[in-house]
Amino acid sequence: MYLDIVMLVLMVAGAFWAVMASNLLKAAIGLAVTSAILAVIMFRLDAPLAAVFELSVCAGLITVVFISVISLTRPPVGTEGGEGKINILRRFAFLPLVVLIAAVALGMLSFKPDFSSLLAQSPEGDMRLVLWGQRQLDLFGQVVVLLAGIFGVVVLFKERGKQK
Amino acid sequence: MENLFPLFGGLVVILMIIGLYCILAAENVIRILIGIEVLTKAATLAIVLAGYMTGRVALAQCLAITLIIVEVAVIAVASGITVGIFKQNGSLDTSELKSLKG
Repeated sequence: MYLDIVMLVLMVAGAFWAVMASNLLKAAIGLAVTSAILAVIMFRLDAPLAAVFELSVCAGLITVVFISVISLTRPPVGTEGGEGKINILRRFAFLPLVVLIAAVALGMLSFKPDFSSLLAQSPEGDMRLVLWGQRQLDLFGQVVVLLAGIFGVVVLFKERGKQK
Repeated sequence: MENLFPLFGGLVVILMIIGLYCILAAENVIRILIGIEVLTKAATLAIVLAGYMTGRVALAQCLAITLIIVEVAVIAVASGITVGIFKQNGSLDTSELKSLKG
């Protein structure tokens, strides 16, 4: 239980860091830290394969994509586009307060729904069997989404090449 | 099975608040993308938590993996668009994106 609370605190701190860091590079690293802690929570919730995906794809690949975009779009020195440190702090000043109010409200509500009617009647079996046996349409959707993503990136970078 | 719903359910709500606040308050396109990422993490955690609480962990993992793949495609395309916006306008400030203004 203590480990869960530590994970919760670390993940909220990582999310705050990702959102409120004045430097975008630090914000991207904060997002990677948040993903890594989410992967640990997924292990805790008996979802190791999803946790490995989260760790490798979200904490790895997406961070690399963000850092490349930040390096490609670095504005000239002195033109930060309204993203100064004081500006960020002023803009996100109410966020800790909103989160604190939400946490207190959730603690007061102490919402504990009964999941007994939703419990699985029979054991599901292995995740691979569910994925390949019952969720083939999801796999088809994943392939289509990935192809759409690749096609989108290729077209967008092609446009950039033409403009040069 | 330990009842982890109050703890991690609260975490899901807090992450959603942080992500939504970031999307609404930020003016930099990359920071808005980071807000979308935080929101997606809340959704992933909600799916895995629901699977854990109902004993359908395998199904929840399948859905979480699908969500992660969609997330990657969204971020890849959004990053390309962000680079395009920067090449077009020389800035990522959303208040300066007025080329579609009527």
